[in-house]
Amino acid sequence: MKTTNVLFEIGLEEMPARFMDDTERQIKEKTINWLNDIRLSYETVQTFITPRRIAVLIKGLQNKQDDQVEEAKGPSEQIAVSEDGEWTKAAIGFSKGQGKSTDDIYFKEVKGTRYVYVEKFIEGQKAEALLPEFREIITSLHFPKSMRWSDQTLTFIRPIKWMLGLQDQQVIPFEIAGVKTSNVTYGHRFLGDVVTVTDPLQYERLLNEQFVIADAEKRKEMIRTGIQQLAHNQDWTITIDEKLLTEVTHLLEYPTVFYGTFDSSFLHIPKEVLITSMKEHQRYFPVENSEGELLPYFVSVRNGTDEYIDNVAKGNEKVLRARLQDSQFFYEEDQKHAIEAYTKQLDRMVFQEQLGTIADKVNRIREIAQIIADQLQLSDKEKQQIQRAAEICKFDLVTNMVDEFSELQGIMGRKYALIFGEDETVAQAIEEHYMPKHANAKLPTSVVGSVISMADKLDTIVGCFSVGIIPSGSQDPYALRRQAIGTLEILNHNQWPLNISELIENVQSIFKQRKLDASSETKVFDQLDTFFKQRTAYIMKEAKIESDIIDAVLVQPLTQFSFMMEKAKLLSNKRYDVWFKENQEAFVRVINLAAKANEEDEVNPTLFENNQEEQLYATYQKVLPDYQDALTNGDASQALDTLSVLTEPIHALFDHTMVMTEDEKLRSNRLALLKAIADTIKQFADLSLIQWKQHQGA
Amino acid sequence: MNIQEMILTLQNHWSDQECILMQAYDVEKGAGTMSPMTLLRSLGPEPWNVAYVEPSRRPADGRYGQNPNRLYQHHQFQVIMKPSPDDIQELYLESLQKLGIDPLAHDIRFVEDNWENPTLGAAGLGWEVWLDGMEITQFTYFQQIGGLEANPVSVEITYGIERLASYIQDKENVFELNWTNDVTVGDIFYQPEYEHSTYTFQESDTDMLFNLFTTYEAEANRAMEKGLVFPAYDYVLKCSHTFNLLDAKGVISVTERTSYIGRVRQLAREIAKLYVEQREQLGFPMLKGDKVGHENN
Repeated sequence: MKTTNVLFEIGLEEMPARFMDDTERQIKEKTINWLNDIRLSYETVQTFITPRRIAVLIKGLQNKQDDQVEEAKGPSEQIAVSEDGEWTKAAIGFSKGQGKSTDDIYFKEVKGTRYVYVEKFIEGQKAEALLPEFREIITSLHFPKSMRWSDQTLTFIRPIKWMLGLQDQQVIPFEIAGVKTSNVTYGHRFLGDVVTVTDPLQYERLLNEQFVIADAEKRKEMIRTGIQQLAHNQDWTITIDEKLLTEVTHLLEYPTVFYGTFDSSFLHIPKEVLITSMKEHQRYFPVENSEGELLPYFVSVRNGTDEYIDNVAKGNEKVLRARLQDSQFFYEEDQKHAIEAYTKQLDRMVFQEQLGTIADKVNRIREIAQIIADQLQLSDKEKQQIQRAAEICKFDLVTNMVDEFSELQGIMGRKYALIFGEDETVAQAIEEHYMPKHANAKLPTSVVGSVISMADKLDTIVGCFSVGIIPSGSQDPYALRRQAIGTLEILNHNQWPLNISELIENVQSIFKQRKLDASSETKVFDQLDTFFKQRTAYIMKEAKIESDIIDAVLVQPLTQFSFMMEKAKLLSNKRYDVWFKENQEAFVRVINLAAKANEEDEVNPTLFENNQEEQLYATYQKVLPDYQDALTNGDASQALDTLSVLTEPIHALFDHTMVMTEDEKLRSNRLALLKAIADTIKQFADLSLIQWKQHQGA
Repeated sequence: MNIQEMILTLQNHWSDQECILMQAYDVEKGAGTMSPMTLLRSLGPEPWNVAYVEPSRRPADGRYGQNPNRLYQHHQFQVIMKPSPDDIQELYLESLQKLGIDPLAHDIRFVEDNWENPTLGAAGLGWEVWLDGMEITQFTYFQQIGGLEANPVSVEITYGIERLASYIQDKENVFELNWTNDVTVGDIFYQPEYEHSTYTFQESDTDMLFNLFTTYEAEANRAMEKGLVFPAYDYVLKCSHTFNLLDAKGVISVTERTSYIGRVRQLAREIAKLYVEQREQLGFPMLKGDKVGHENN
């Protein structure tokens, strides 16, 4: 088989670094799918990406499609053949239309009817004729943000500057947005020249000579090695943040690692501030010593060689110095005022138009935190700390530093609070009340921090729901989902026996007092109940609980999170148990039949006809207090054990009693008994929703 | 090279690219983009190439003249080309070379930075240009202006004059930069910096500013109802500057901000729409290469 090598390159004005990995993945996938569609085999598809180019190299491409034999289906025999056995016009027309004669016709049966067919030979097309279709691969690339330029109608990631399309030495002709393909590419913006490519296989090498490392992985490894070598030579510790490394890789075509210094007097500024300045603003790698202390150096990567590198380092030092001077100004300025001066300003900062200012929010946080603290029966000292932490948890929002670096909210609050002489626990809570900051992020470690964090989140969630801001689809501007998950995770982590429904009601009443609830209270409660159940289900799913068990447990209004979790875990273990099977069968029969009962009917023991009825009722009466105790204490295992006492009398009842008897009075009474028991079981979980599973491997 | 020479160099360079050299617009504004020479003229199909220096007021950046890098008012050199030429990056890099910046001796990068001015319903995609890690230019392809799709697309190049100068003159402190060989930035601007900072952060009358905002907003609306696009737009600029003064004083919160910005944006949108309609009624006079005003004279 003859093969050919093919190269496409799209030259662009600098692409955004953050979209490059995905773009490379897309173009590879699309190219492979396309080659399969056009039936051309290949040895490899290799992609390249730099800020100024996306390229695809197809090695060993079949240079012509395989020939194909295709069947063409014509009219049915009845129509194709006349009564005297001659070909009809229809048959002749069909075969002609296919470029054949009636001699080529054969018959095949399809669903009991015979049809005429001819075999068609389709000659494979040359790759050359198909390759210009690559145009569609380019225009079908999808970018999260794309743009128009000049008077072009195409939207693309950035303006297209040149295109290269090459099959061996031959240019593959097509045009996009006024740019035609050629066999020319461009090297590094400042160090390279224009290059004519005469062999696709030489692409990477030719660009290399023009100071372009086209392969992103290779660039990344050059940077990594450069940083590691530098760290080794200087006896530094440099933690390579992979996200930063990827970004830096995509910001240049030819990497050279270098370092610079800053005045060690800046080291008195909190480390977090310095690191944010270096990483977020300048894309530098911060440098530490082996003890993890920040050193007055930074590591950066230049797009180019080491020529004039001292000049480049000097320039970068100057920029960082300016940034750090700013931070220093903020840091010193912020310390000139007392905490109260900041908290006073919070009433000028609106949290949400209907829900008032941050100062209003802080007031509500205090109340909510108080409720939580009371329910948890915390010590007086903890309660005092909670009150103080609630009062000042937002003060840093109006400092210069947080205004400049919003990602430092809480972190600066803690630092400043300590400087202002606040209690250490209180200071810690200021930082921790923003936790968890994202999925699977760190939770607050202190009791005070956990309480304030929950209070803040509950305030936001219940507040937003009260004024009709409810997440839907991708719309969740206040990140309420994340905050709800955070709240539940804190409850779970601390194993706090707080009843979520009660909490929601309590917080709702705070908004009600302030006349901040726009819609009806019960409606909002139901929406919140559903919302928190969805989040609970999410956390349970993350904990590998199966969905039927989650549904079974979440039938009830939300109670203590840890108890719901315990029930779910218990049922997940028991579901493979023969012991559980017997219980569950009995309970499910009760639950199913109980659905037929009338809401109002009550159990009337005088209408019992047999021992089994009496026995079941008596047992039920007997276990009820223990069961309620177990529920109140949040003891899932105890609750299920208590319920299981009912199993035997339930089975006995069904063995000897016809529940759905003709006699309406008796029937209603029996159903009422079953309903009472079913409701009791459902307080634990709706066991009828759980599928019975055979023990695996048993 | 002193700042004056830098400005002359840039003016010459962009004049050579057929840009109209304009003067700064005489209403306070936070950025050169807000000049009607950019914001309104980049709307609609008429070609438009312009360059000008714009003093840009950022009250929140005022530092009483004490910070070596931040200014209440800095200078931008602004270029607009519509439609964006294909070699615009090269034209820009040439201008840097004319300013004495040898790309081989530095590290010049185009780093993604999508520009958005919600107050003006304007958004664009582009880069900040880094010179050895320092942002010296904002480079933007307008996609939307005043809530309208930009078609054809204008490219906007905004040089930060003081930033560039601090590099070119190798000075640490903005006030030490030479405007001419004998006169420094400090000579000219130290006192206004100090006084504007004092005014902005301590002395400004918050109630008066809130009132002014409302008054300017009402006047912008009134002018617009009369179909007076340019006067209406001047009042929008005044709203914007008043808002910036209030914001710098810390009396506007994140969410209040949204509401204020929403109000100004609504105005800007209506003005943009009206401007395009009016140009269309005039038959887009600059489309045929005719100079503005010819037909009226």
